Amino acid sequence: MITDARAAFIDVAYLASAILFILGLKRLSSPATARHGNRLAMLAMTIAVGATFLDRSITWSPLNIGIILVGTVIGAAVGIYFARTVQMTAMPQMVALFNGMGGGTAAFVSVAEFSSLARAGTTIGAGEALSVAAGTAIGALSLTGSLIAFGKLQELISGRPIRFPGLSAINAVLFIAILALGTVLVGFNGGDLFVWLLLAVAMVLGVLVVLPIGGADMPVVIALLNSFTGIAAALTGFVVDNQILVVAGALVGASGGFLTVLMSRAMNRPLTNVLFGAFGSAAAGPAKAGEERPIRETTPEDAAVVMAYASEVIIVPGYGLAVAQAQHQIRELADELEKRGVRVRYAIHPVAGRMPGHMNVLLAEANVPYDQLFEMEQINNEFAHADVALVVGANDVVNPAARHDPSSPIYGMPILNVDQARTIIVLKRSMRPGFAGIENELFHNPKTVMLFGDAKESLVKLTNAVKSA
Amino acid sequence: MSQELVLSAYVFLLALFLGVEVIGRVPSTLHTPLMSATNAIHGIVLIGAILVAGTADTPLLHALAFVAIVLGAGNVFGGFAVTDRMLEMFKKKPVEKR
Repeated sequence: MITDARAAFIDVAYLASAILFILGLKRLSSPATARHGNRLAMLAMTIAVGATFLDRSITWSPLNIGIILVGTVIGAAVGIYFARTVQMTAMPQMVALFNGMGGGTAAFVSVAEFSSLARAGTTIGAGEALSVAAGTAIGALSLTGSLIAFGKLQELISGRPIRFPGLSAINAVLFIAILALGTVLVGFNGGDLFVWLLLAVAMVLGVLVVLPIGGADMPVVIALLNSFTGIAAALTGFVVDNQILVVAGALVGASGGFLTVLMSRAMNRPLTNVLFGAFGSAAAGPAKAGEERPIRETTPEDAAVVMAYASEVIIVPGYGLAVAQAQHQIRELADELEKRGVRVRYAIHPVAGRMPGHMNVLLAEANVPYDQLFEMEQINNEFAHADVALVVGANDVVNPAARHDPSSPIYGMPILNVDQARTIIVLKRSMRPGFAGIENELFHNPKTVMLFGDAKESLVKLTNAVKSA
Repeated sequence: MSQELVLSAYVFLLALFLGVEVIGRVPSTLHTPLMSATNAIHGIVLIGAILVAGTADTPLLHALAFVAIVLGAGNVFGGFAVTDRMLEMFKKKPVEKR
């Protein structure tokens, strides 16, 4: 069938690339092989992009070459610069940013392909038109949605849910407008004006859909938008008739979707709640105001003595640790305690930090041994015989209200049983509520002592105090 | 024309199933790196941008293609670099013990 050797070569290269992508993903899902998996995916990408340059449809005019080369160099330089220089704590928003870029690419490719087909006077079949419409809408939504997620995590805009009256009505209208524009394109051979309109409407919808979602839910939102971008990429594959785009896009769409489910399951928050905001609305009504409940404040010296003479300490790191860049200090404290014969372990909540696995990455950076890191299911029964639970900048994931207060917005989320430890030491910057914006009764527990201050400074003081204890 | 679309639809659906199967039992430790890696992989849409740039023949199309290529290249290179940086930290680990 294939008579064109060059086309055949491209097809074979794409096939090899598809296989490498699949093997790469497979290896990425096990810690020992993950880095190799990422390298395989890079190789797959190189092969696929390289083969594309042989495509006969490309006209090698100087202008085209310039656009392709200059564009790639600029994009690569910016991408690598950010990837290399960003703090480890800012990784989640980097993923959001790169995801938005991919979404934008998919949307612009769909728009460009459609207007070039329309200009050439080609009759555009319903299938192609549908792919263009869906690719444009999903890609554009992913672009602006990711940018808002980036803004929230980078704290350029408030992490609090942002709502205004009539928002859901506006969103509904925008959604219907997208469907209508899509119908015009698919059913009535609408011109490229309609694709541009579709692009604009979907971009506005992306902003408005993510704005009302609270910062704590951003990981789930990013995972979902990541999946969307994958689907949008696959749809552009339909439009430009390119199988590797379809394969890789669909792989990402599916695995990203699956990851989204895993994440919302770890938070015990059905996806619909995340998207349509049970968290946000409940957080708006703060805990019963005016009710001053007592808390116990401690000094680094007192807290150090409790830990130095303990036999078991479980450390619960949270986002506050990440913000304060205190992963190295916590390790020094742990080393110091271990020198004194204290058994130290870390309890990692699935959504500690701002993304599942984020905390593991940070602690690994500080060379915390792997065998000290425990996932929630493995360690939750151990708190009952721990002398000290040291909570560093974690809040919602240790809030007992999740267990017994059905009116709490985090009710039902699995939490670490920190309150079962003999003493609970909480390092916290202030009494400000956590990301979910709710009161934490753990802090009022008679077994809890609070050590206020920047996590890094507090840990340094604690470490010194342990040394001299 | 539509035969090609049907073929693409087959490939699309099979790849969807494969995408779920292949990462089936990923531990939560790897959720962030895996999300970051899949994020880089959808940068494959850069290929679409290159094909569009290669056939563009109006200033508007050239501009669109240029923006698409910059964004797509940022997605690919940035995505892989950031994932590699995350995974670099897993290397000192002796052997998976569980």
